[in-house]
Amino acid sequence: MAQAAAETAVALSPETVLAQMKQNGVTDIVWLPDSETNWLYLLMQAEPSLRLVGVSREGHACSIAAGLFAGGRKPMILIQNTGMMESGDSIRGWLLSLNIPVVMMVGYRGWTRHGITTDTAATYTERFLMAFGLNYYLIESDADAGRITTAFEETERTRRPVVVLVGDEYHGFNR
Amino acid sequence: MMRIAEALEAFRQHRGDALVVPGRGGRYWIEQTSRHDLDAPLGDPAMGGHAGFGLGLALARPERKLVLFDSEGDILMSLGMLATIAEQAPVNFYHFLLDNECYATTGGQPVPNAKKVAYDKLALAAGYPSAHAFEEIGNLTRELPAILGRPGPVFVWLKVYPEVENEPIGRRSRWQTRSREQVLKDLRGGLGLPS
Repeated sequence: MAQAAAETAVALSPETVLAQMKQNGVTDIVWLPDSETNWLYLLMQAEPSLRLVGVSREGHACSIAAGLFAGGRKPMILIQNTGMMESGDSIRGWLLSLNIPVVMMVGYRGWTRHGITTDTAATYTERFLMAFGLNYYLIESDADAGRITTAFEETERTRRPVVVLVGDEYHGFNR
Repeated sequence: MMRIAEALEAFRQHRGDALVVPGRGGRYWIEQTSRHDLDAPLGDPAMGGHAGFGLGLALARPERKLVLFDSEGDILMSLGMLATIAEQAPVNFYHFLLDNECYATTGGQPVPNAKKVAYDKLALAAGYPSAHAFEEIGNLTRELPAILGRPGPVFVWLKVYPEVENEPIGRRSRWQTRSREQVLKDLRGGLGLPS
């Protein structure tokens, strides 16, 4: 019980993620739910400054985000690593080739702190990012939330998408 | 059937200050348009994404019409996008589909079930409030003012002649006169945004 309480205390909270979105001026969340994001969804839905654009395949999020940026909005993409890998050509064509400054927050399915995983979604995630030359930051708890702002600052500066990998989403189970 | 250039020309006369994503019609549109600063002739950044780009732009700029010329090969790759567009339901979104029944840039091979897919019905089934289908340019020309005069989102399926390219990519003449990066800068400039 004591251990569970301690894990909850250090886990990444959806309130913290929402605060980072607002702090960095995000206007639109283009997203497809992953297995961990329902609490964040409820918070985002209740936040009047955010528009949620739901997609049915993660690659769609890239072209939608590009169009939103072209029109003056500040989108953020929220997907899972599985869908990110599915989206390779859209990331190349709609984000990298158009120099779209967007933060992609990616649920890191299969990640474990000790590095041993049986989930190939995790096995290939960082290799995929390195192949595309996408910089990324790992966050595991509320204490890491400042890295989300770092990602926003970097994407504005470099005009390239920057990825935030969410290693332990809202529950602390992956430790 | 109609020619792509004819369909674009029919629309051009009613363009006003609409934003235009010409998709695979870009090679013709850049010769017809007089508002390059409101156009996004991006070529083919990644197949299947024109509708998403158009949706994002329409959501970002609700004060202007957004006119998209999509293709059947692109939308077949992204049918789920129809549901996303219908859910967002931007009233400024005019979604034209140029259907030549084939992959024209790879030699003209047919798209799956090329002659039997009813794209207008797909759009309606996904939740678009209205959809139209035209095979003859005269009918399109006659109906366009009414279609563009009503709120979107609306889907307009156009049967066009295949204009097949069979040269290897490296030997084709490039129709783009601006880089994609420049197109985006010019578009943002046209909207009064920092590039």
